[in-house]
Amino acid sequence: MENFTPYTALAGGLLIGISATVLLLFNGRITGISGILGGLLFPKQGEWPWRLLFLLGIMAGALSYHLVFPDSFAPRTGYPLPLLIIGGFLVGFGTRMGNGCTSGHGVCGIGRGSMRSIVATTVFMLTGVISVYIIQHVMGMSS
Amino acid sequence: MKRLLLALFCGFIFGLGLSLSQMINPEKVIAFLDVTGNWDPSLAFVMAGALAVTLISFRRIPLRASPILDTEFKLPVKNQIDRDLIGGAAIFGLGWGMIGYCPGPVVAALGIGLSDAVIVMVSLLLGFFVHKILFDRNL
Repeated sequence: MENFTPYTALAGGLLIGISATVLLLFNGRITGISGILGGLLFPKQGEWPWRLLFLLGIMAGALSYHLVFPDSFAPRTGYPLPLLIIGGFLVGFGTRMGNGCTSGHGVCGIGRGSMRSIVATTVFMLTGVISVYIIQHVMGMSS
Repeated sequence: MKRLLLALFCGFIFGLGLSLSQMINPEKVIAFLDVTGNWDPSLAFVMAGALAVTLISFRRIPLRASPILDTEFKLPVKNQIDRDLIGGAAIFGLGWGMIGYCPGPVVAALGIGLSDAVIVMVSLLLGFFVHKILFDRNL
């Protein structure tokens, strides 16, 4: 528990909630990153420009923070390539199949009281825990 | 134009939130999911912070006739809990635990040029494509 950072986590979470709220209030759209990415890859008329700008905004926000606080975290190095490839693929496939990820289901869907999102979030948290257990403790990636 | 600037602004705030909360750090995410190991519960506070806002705003805002800059709200209409929802969420969680990245943080990490994130993003988009080829009846 030596890395416990509840205050910055809470403040960051508030920013995420505020961002989703402003987007809903002004543009009427749900902040679901997998959906926004999917809408860029398989575009619908008139729906891609805002998605592109939203994603560019995320990158700009993260970059700005990183430039102001370059020591905020040490980027992970040497993580096994097969895990990155398979894991990335499963994240992409799974979020399409389940219509959402941590933001769309976890932040927006639960906020709306959607039973689908409550179920999805419970399931991906659970399988996330199982996956980490297998990778870190059974396969012994744990440092 | 206003809508596009607003999307850029919201993305920016979202990116700041991911960075400040350290969701962008995959080791932090894995430590959060590692409940049987050296568990770091911090990221539960990210969820709590975000939900503290959306549990109120996402119930009230859709009661308006329309959003401020658009004619209608685009909200999901499905309400069935089906095999795709559960299977998809389960697969997503497995991948999430493998790498410590969900879609938002991958985009954010691309912004600061992490090579991990490039590989994950390419694989993620490949996952989108394969799903579309296998399951999209509109193709």
